[in-house]
Amino acid sequence: MNERLTRLWRWLDARLQVADAIQSVAEHPVPRSSASWWYVFGSATLVVFVLQVVTGICLATVYTPAADRAWDSLIYLNYHQPLGWYLRALHGWGSNFMVALMVTHMIQVFLFGAYKYPRELTWVAGCVLLLCTLGMAFTGQVLRFDQDAYWGLGIGAAIAGRTPILGSKIVDLILGGPIIAGETLSRFFALHVFVIPALLIGFVALHLFLVLRIGINEWPMPGRIVSRSTYRRQYEELVHADGEPFMPYAAQKDLVFAGLIILSLLVVAAIAGPIGPNGQPNPTIIQTVPRPDFFFLWLFSVFALLPPWTETVLMLTGPVLALGLLFALPFISGTGEKSWLRRPFSVVIVILIVTTIGSLTWLGTFSPWSPHMNAWSAVPTPIEYVKGRAPLELQGALLVQSKQCRNCHALGGRGGMRGPALDRTATRLTRSQIVRQILQGGGNMPAYRSNLSPAEVNAIVAFLATMHPRGQLPARNSASPAIPASSN
Amino acid sequence: MDSSTDKTTRRHFLFRLGIAINAIAIVLLAIPIVGYLLSPARRFTWLDWIPLGPLTDYPENETRLAEYVSPFKKKWDGETAKIPCWVRRLTGNQFQVFAINCTHLGCPVRWFAESGLFMCPCHGGVFYSDGRHASGPPPRALYQYKYKVQADRLWIYAGELPTLGHPEV
Repeated sequence: MNERLTRLWRWLDARLQVADAIQSVAEHPVPRSSASWWYVFGSATLVVFVLQVVTGICLATVYTPAADRAWDSLIYLNYHQPLGWYLRALHGWGSNFMVALMVTHMIQVFLFGAYKYPRELTWVAGCVLLLCTLGMAFTGQVLRFDQDAYWGLGIGAAIAGRTPILGSKIVDLILGGPIIAGETLSRFFALHVFVIPALLIGFVALHLFLVLRIGINEWPMPGRIVSRSTYRRQYEELVHADGEPFMPYAAQKDLVFAGLIILSLLVVAAIAGPIGPNGQPNPTIIQTVPRPDFFFLWLFSVFALLPPWTETVLMLTGPVLALGLLFALPFISGTGEKSWLRRPFSVVIVILIVTTIGSLTWLGTFSPWSPHMNAWSAVPTPIEYVKGRAPLELQGALLVQSKQCRNCHALGGRGGMRGPALDRTATRLTRSQIVRQILQGGGNMPAYRSNLSPAEVNAIVAFLATMHPRGQLPARNSASPAIPASSN
Repeated sequence: MDSSTDKTTRRHFLFRLGIAINAIAIVLLAIPIVGYLLSPARRFTWLDWIPLGPLTDYPENETRLAEYVSPFKKKWDGETAKIPCWVRRLTGNQFQVFAINCTHLGCPVRWFAESGLFMCPCHGGVFYSDGRHASGPPPRALYQYKYKVQADRLWIYAGELPTLGHPEV
């Protein structure tokens, strides 16, 4: 049997001529130092990508990329197609895994100085792969054609529409017509299934080819300076003096890590299940709170928190500048120290970017800038705020609910977070300041002068004037005495 | 001139001819492909007069949600061809018809009659009952459709998703 297999292999190789190539790849020496657990993230990203291709093809056999059928076919996949839910879960969570692994890989490459001479183009190819992967994440979210997908496209169109002069044309091109409809979904299907995967496969091939040709980055040692004239020779010497064949010395760690990643993806997908779809993509259902998928939540936060006057400029130039810097990195600092121990500025940059994106994502999960659209009718006034109150104050409490104040202002920790909580309003503002704030607005609050009668304002102020802890006096005008003369 | 150089020039000529023919072919091929892909942007406007129903649907001094079907609907658009909008009737034939899309990033604004405000669920944009910007990040007032009253029906001039690049819906 064994002999037959060997004969078959010889027959094949006589015609395919691949044995030499495979052997040279498997046995190419890598620096002993880089056969490390820190070097496993790139290969794991590739493994998850292959998995995405497999599960994606499976889903494409059932999914229907037509605007009037896509949502139904997703529901069919979730509930009727045998194991459809699990394939959708694997594909959806696989995309999260892929983005996470890719970002980890990128941070490692940056901190280890692996982008420096002569690996500049490996980094550039990696940046293209980053863009393609994020492109897959966004287009994939569109193919899950639900309310979030629909309004997410609306947000994309609104950003593109801010482009000077060409704005409306670009919107038409993105949407494939005047509105988000059938042709929009078909366009994004073509991108997600043909265009971007083709780019991904091409650039993965280039990325791997360069890694093999130039050699994997050695473990960066503080003081070992990269210079264009000596680096290649030093690397050759290092690999010969202290190298090991890629197989199995380095590959075994890649293998173990990738295996663990696949196993954890299988478990996560089984426990968490498929992602969405949420409500039908029917634009007339406006009782919706659109949110992007996890990896774009930080951008969603950025759009809420940027000063409005900077927004258009930053939306249009920010990505260009950021990507320009990313692509230009190896040409800006292509030589010198590789070790993160000697590159404190780089470490600070990584920490800054990670904490910024992390905290923006965290903010995005509860988006304090958004009104809670149902708070006014769904969240009651805390009982202690209505106990023992005068009729006018009670009327004010009712108005705080019925005039939708609660959509932006919390009471007892519940309600919107757009404006300050009202629990201690009286300790901060005097009655006349409260009146002014309600009538004129300001500080991101609308003016209510035309929507409240004087009697209503009076009632609300009476209620808010009671909003101070027992034993703490309300705010007062410094011109008037703290304790009225009559109570002496 | 000996025969070998003669052969080389002929080969060079054929090679150059080959490149030239293919270059022309690629350009000719690119014209229909690029034209096909850019076709959605070739049309100058996507607008048409659309009926929004009888005037009796819209009481005076009230703001109501209305919906229309895109005049450029394709069979496979499904429910995405239905577009909502807010109709505010002042008095008589005086109307304001607002697009549903927030002027910040296009999310659907919701009308709250009690406080007389439109609120956006995405980034907290708020507009007054006449569409003016009240608070939050939106850069301008709500988009308004052109309207006319004809044969006791309200008509709007619509069909395109309003964005800052194309605000005159």
